[in-house]
Amino acid sequence: MRGPEAAARARHAAAAIGRATFLAVVSGFFALPMLWLATAPFDAHPTITVSVPEFTLAGFRELLDNPYALRSLGNSVLQAAGSAVLVVVLAAMAAYALSRVRVPGWDVLLYLLLLLSSVVTGTAAMVPVFELATRLNLVDTHLGVVLTLSGGLLPAAIFILKDFMDGTPTSYEESARVFGASPSQILRHIVVPVIRPGLATIAVWTVASVWGSFLTPFILLRDPDKAPGAVILYTLYTEGGSPRLELISTFSLLYSLPVVLMYVFVSRRYGFRFHGGIKR
Amino acid sequence: MSTDAAGLGTRRAVGFVVPAVVLVGVFLVFPALWTIYLGVTDFALTGLSAADPRTVGVDNYAEALGDERFHASLWLTAQYVAGSAVIGQAGLGFAVAWVLRDRPGPVRRVVEGLILLAWILPSSVVAFLWIALLDRDAGTLNALLHTPGAAWLLDHPMASIIMFNVWRGTAFSMMLYGAALENVPPSHLETARLAGASAFQQIRDVVLPRIRGHVLTNLLLISLWTFNDFTSFQITAGGPEGRSEIVPVYIYDVALRGGRLGFGAAVSFLVLLVNLVAALLYLRAARSRGGVAA
Repeated sequence: MRGPEAAARARHAAAAIGRATFLAVVSGFFALPMLWLATAPFDAHPTITVSVPEFTLAGFRELLDNPYALRSLGNSVLQAAGSAVLVVVLAAMAAYALSRVRVPGWDVLLYLLLLLSSVVTGTAAMVPVFELATRLNLVDTHLGVVLTLSGGLLPAAIFILKDFMDGTPTSYEESARVFGASPSQILRHIVVPVIRPGLATIAVWTVASVWGSFLTPFILLRDPDKAPGAVILYTLYTEGGSPRLELISTFSLLYSLPVVLMYVFVSRRYGFRFHGGIKR
Repeated sequence: MSTDAAGLGTRRAVGFVVPAVVLVGVFLVFPALWTIYLGVTDFALTGLSAADPRTVGVDNYAEALGDERFHASLWLTAQYVAGSAVIGQAGLGFAVAWVLRDRPGPVRRVVEGLILLAWILPSSVVAFLWIALLDRDAGTLNALLHTPGAAWLLDHPMASIIMFNVWRGTAFSMMLYGAALENVPPSHLETARLAGASAFQQIRDVVLPRIRGHVLTNLLLISLWTFNDFTSFQITAGGPEGRSEIVPVYIYDVALRGGRLGFGAAVSFLVLLVNLVAALLYLRAARSRGGVAA
């Protein structure tokens, strides 16, 4: 009786050690690159190597003196906010109509758009998007970036929101209608408050996607004054020949902070986990 | 159930959908269709062909299919997708989800938090973190491994961008498999374990058949994303000597930097076809077993 039990205990211990080792290696792999981001911005003499910083905030002061870098953060805010407003408003209208009124063929249309939007991404549309923006005079404009990114994000946003609306009962809308509310009143005073968590999800998802996107602004914007953080960070490194590490590290941290804070806030507040393709 | 509770009416409902359809049509559908036309022209950024592009038929396609640089970039892309998406993100994501299943607590929060943070960080920042990690002279990895002067990025450009893509993209698969594993009844795993099944056998015989739809969805999405992703450009710019020039970087280089928009469009259309074939294969595989799970 003793033999098998001891063997089982040994197997158990071996499994536990294996698990712990695996988790330690994985944690190390994911933590290692982040150490630099956490230490270098505060280091008086940052190198590319992670080191215990000789604490200073000089990097931040230098960043404040660099309008080029700061302006790019403003550009990121502008492009992300513009896209979020556009995507949330258009997706909410479309999803509401699709969910509440049945028109033959719409489900198929939505499905095709969703398929297309995951097929026509990045490279596959690089040339015509550039050409389209040129013809519409949208090269070097925030509007061009916002419209292009929003067009790509909308199908999935509508899909997610429609799902959300299908799951909310129509009884409030019906009773409001009985009391004589107009469709636009119903939309503003009843539907929007009810689906607010869904709208927040879409907004956060859009902001995070636009905040991180590199290719679209990289090919559509020539003027560095309009470039968002993603593009400026890349040029900061390559153009100077020797990278100004105190600037890059500080900028990386400032540029990352908003999305990280937004993620922490949203996941605390709504407890949702991102299940969609947030990084597009 | 659609009840038109708000009294929207079909006409107004159509009006609600039109703005979104127009935007998607102009900035997504139209570019996709335009690729087909541009691909059969010699359209260029500068010169005569910029003002008045000629139709050249299938010349661009013939040239692309015969271009060794394109062949090389396809092969590198295949390695990139197989290594970083299929083995890396899906494999590691599943492994982490499996090990952490039913184990709430601080360890799980830390591991998941680190992986999620890597995903949340803007990809340009992630690209620079990897440059800092792999740098020739002062890179963190060289300091840790006591290998001063080892030029990881130059000597192993593909391995470098594969690791980078695994690092920033594993979170999606981990979350998807985490949710999928919640749908596998613990009693079935327990029965298999008592019958002496190893972890490998439990996964193969009990788990995988049940989460097949999730696996297919995940593999399709992350493969498409990886195939079309341009972020690695920020680390190696396709170099050195084109040794990490995956298809997106190749297209950028020939079309936008080299100015041959027509040729680039033809290659883009080939990419689009590959994407479409992948999506259709997935739909068929998913339908054959009746389970599309998103």
